[in-house]
Amino acid sequence: MSITQILFWTLSIVALFSALMMITSKNPVYSVLWLIVTFFCISGHYILLNAQFLAIVNIIVYAGAIMVLFLFVIMLMNLGKDTEPQKSKWLKLASAVSGGCLLLVLIAVLRKTETHMADLTSGEIGLIQNLGKVLFNQYVVPFEISSILFLSAMVGAVVIGKKE
Amino acid sequence: MDIKYYIFLSIALFVIGIVGVLTRRNTIIIFMCIELMLNAVNLLLVSFSKMHHIANVAKDPLAGSDGQLFVFFIMVVAAAEVSVGLAIIVMMFRNTHSIDVNFLNRLKH
Amino acid sequence: MNKLIALIPLLPFIGFLINGLGRKYLSKGLIGIIGCGTVLVSFIISLMIFFNGSYSTTPIHYFNFIQAGTLKIPFAFQIDQLSTLFLLIITGVGFLIHVYSTSYMHEEKREHFGRYFSYLNLFVFSMLLLVMGANYVIMFIGWEGVGLCSYLLIGYWFKNTNYNNAANKAFIMNRIGDLGFLLAVFWLFAKLGTANYTEVFANVGKLSSSDIIGITILLFVGATGKSAQIPLYTWLPDAMAGPTPVSALIHAATMVTAGIYMIARSNALYSAAPLTQNIVAIIGAATALLAATIALKQNDIKKVLAYSTVSQLGYMFLALGTGAYVAAVFHVMTHAFFKALLFLGSGSVIHAMSGEQDIRFMGGLKNKLKITYWTFLIGCIAIAGIPPFSGFFSKDAILLSAFEHNKFLYAIGLITAALTAFYMFRLLFITFYGGFRGDEEQRHHVHESPAAMTVPLVILAVFSIIGGFVGVPEVFTHGGEKLAAFLSPVVPSATHHIEHSTEILLMSLTTGIAIIAILIAWMRYRTYKEEKYTAFGKVLENKWYVDELYDTLVSKPINKLGGIANNYFEKLGIDALVNGVGKLVTYGGRQLRWLQSGLVGNYLLLMVLSMLLFFVLEFFLKR
Repeated sequence: MSITQILFWTLSIVALFSALMMITSKNPVYSVLWLIVTFFCISGHYILLNAQFLAIVNIIVYAGAIMVLFLFVIMLMNLGKDTEPQKSKWLKLASAVSGGCLLLVLIAVLRKTETHMADLTSGEIGLIQNLGKVLFNQYVVPFEISSILFLSAMVGAVVIGKKE
Repeated sequence: MDIKYYIFLSIALFVIGIVGVLTRRNTIIIFMCIELMLNAVNLLLVSFSKMHHIANVAKDPLAGSDGQLFVFFIMVVAAAEVSVGLAIIVMMFRNTHSIDVNFLNRLKH
Repeated sequence: MNKLIALIPLLPFIGFLINGLGRKYLSKGLIGIIGCGTVLVSFIISLMIFFNGSYSTTPIHYFNFIQAGTLKIPFAFQIDQLSTLFLLIITGVGFLIHVYSTSYMHEEKREHFGRYFSYLNLFVFSMLLLVMGANYVIMFIGWEGVGLCSYLLIGYWFKNTNYNNAANKAFIMNRIGDLGFLLAVFWLFAKLGTANYTEVFANVGKLSSSDIIGITILLFVGATGKSAQIPLYTWLPDAMAGPTPVSALIHAATMVTAGIYMIARSNALYSAAPLTQNIVAIIGAATALLAATIALKQNDIKKVLAYSTVSQLGYMFLALGTGAYVAAVFHVMTHAFFKALLFLGSGSVIHAMSGEQDIRFMGGLKNKLKITYWTFLIGCIAIAGIPPFSGFFSKDAILLSAFEHNKFLYAIGLITAALTAFYMFRLLFITFYGGFRGDEEQRHHVHESPAAMTVPLVILAVFSIIGGFVGVPEVFTHGGEKLAAFLSPVVPSATHHIEHSTEILLMSLTTGIAIIAILIAWMRYRTYKEEKYTAFGKVLENKWYVDELYDTLVSKPINKLGGIANNYFEKLGIDALVNGVGKLVTYGGRQLRWLQSGLVGNYLLLMVLSMLLFFVLEFFLKR
């Protein structure tokens, strides 16, 4: 087993475990923290796949900005274990069973696909230089439109959050 | 690494997100589960991009960069979504003093 | 000329459309002008055709109405002498009645006024189509059209249930007859493959005698419905529910003569079927007598006239049955004049009496309604058959033909003539003589009708007097029988071989009997007294209980059958099915209601489950 494989399995297991912990934690703050762990693991996967730029962006935007925003909101509302609303046991069971079934079905469907390799070491498309070239040549219009989207989201957030 | 493992990992993360949405009533947790699902898809996109790159690198040195750019755009949209979504949640909390989704049962009417 | 001819029916139809669609927007004056004007123009065109002599027996083809395989039904008009005569009667009398209506119906609301005139115009259109058509199918369109208009106009005051029932009765009875007509047309198609008059009459020889008898009897069934003969006559007296001008136009002057027209038109067929002719004659005579006896005891002014119409129609069928087609058409013409006159006169009386129709509450109107009285008197003399009024000549021609054909039928005709004179003058005396028997309010209100009503009366009265001279018999003047000569290309005139002395004797007999009947009426009804109740009188008053008989024999069993069908098929079968579907849906909806909880979680769960279902279906089950 090579080092990349060891890294892959470790990251995968940690990601799954922390994701599970995220949805089972009673305290929302713990949930956020576990989700951040998951995101870090996913960033690790990105690095293994030579997507260095995305790995960095993932950490900065997701684990950094967005999750902090979540944490901020939760603390603002002063949510904790006591205020956590709970679903009935049966409903939870039904949800878990249906989710599990979906997992089984999807895996069963994709089990027999052809084998393709995703190289874990070489390749340079994940570098900022290369991605930037494609982004500002081929995808410059969507890029500009996304800036407008950001602007409108910002305005929307301000309008919604404003007190009457 | 076989692409299958990435697929299975992504599916597993995605289903965990679904189960989270189904089992929790806390709006913020549900929202976080949605982020998790988005990330599962991102992971899948990146691995496919990589697979595509290996297969076609001889013809085009930049093959597969489309997939990574899509991930980038998904992140952009997700950030916008989070900002608006959290604003709505704050608004709802201000009005009902609860973050229970079941308070939002106006869909019945 | 062909285009002008097409205008004759088209104009009233346009009038119908304008008045019918614009009844809420047009003023009453405009509606009246459109209604009368269209008919007037048609009348003028008809006159032009008549005086230019632009009629011929060759049909005018416009377009193919139905074309399917070998079946070809052209839309064509046949404007020959017979049609021209009917055109003149329909548009002429129709125009007068339209004018009369503008005054008679003046108190109606505007949209109802427009509705009335649109119906009248539609009626004139249908009737024109009926007489102008060059084949039985076009005739049938008009035939149905007049039936429809009759229904609409009888039920014109649709808020009254009795009137609606009368309208239904008229329509249903007509339908029974129409079925006979339709079957006859089908029979013709089956045997000859055509319904065009010219081709049918040219090929009568190709039909076997049983075919001819069947076809003629079925056609006659149609005629009994439309022309109110036994057994389908009961609708006509009830049809008096409509406005009086309608009774004059439809139920006296034009529509009911459709049967006569049809048989006169089909004379080639009927002449080839002696059996049917006998049946027609017998039914005609029986109807004439039956209706006349009923008319003796009726107290509703319009009912008397209605039964008299039925009776006179019976006369016409008697004439048709004895082969005197010209006499029948002649009587149609004179009858149109004096019966329209009498109906319009009765309308004038009813108008003056503020809607009162029972002659027992009238009386003494002679001095108050001078014009109405005199014209009504002329009408009565004409219908009674006193020379030289028009009714004399036509009735005489019929009786002569009957005498030659069968003495028994002649006797019935003679008795009917006496009865006719008697009940008409009974009506006249009770209505116009003696003292006034209405209440004070009516006495105060009695007045002569306006000019729009009296002028048509006078015109019709003039025609009632002189209308008979077109058919003065050969006995009186050389070169008489002008009508017969005119119609000869279409309708063969009956040649009779009766000594002139006998003919004169018969005429004197008829006239004498009529005068005696009038004198008896004069003695009994000059001053009004309550009529004594006798058992037979009661039977007559109740119209021989024919309505009740039909009720027990036909209506009640059918109603019972309908009741059974209603209870078992309708309620247990169809209703159960229909209601069951509704109940199932309601039940299912109630059971499924919990699905719409409004909770996001539930919706999401369902969404995931359905996704799961689709994956399973798509990848595991679909093979």
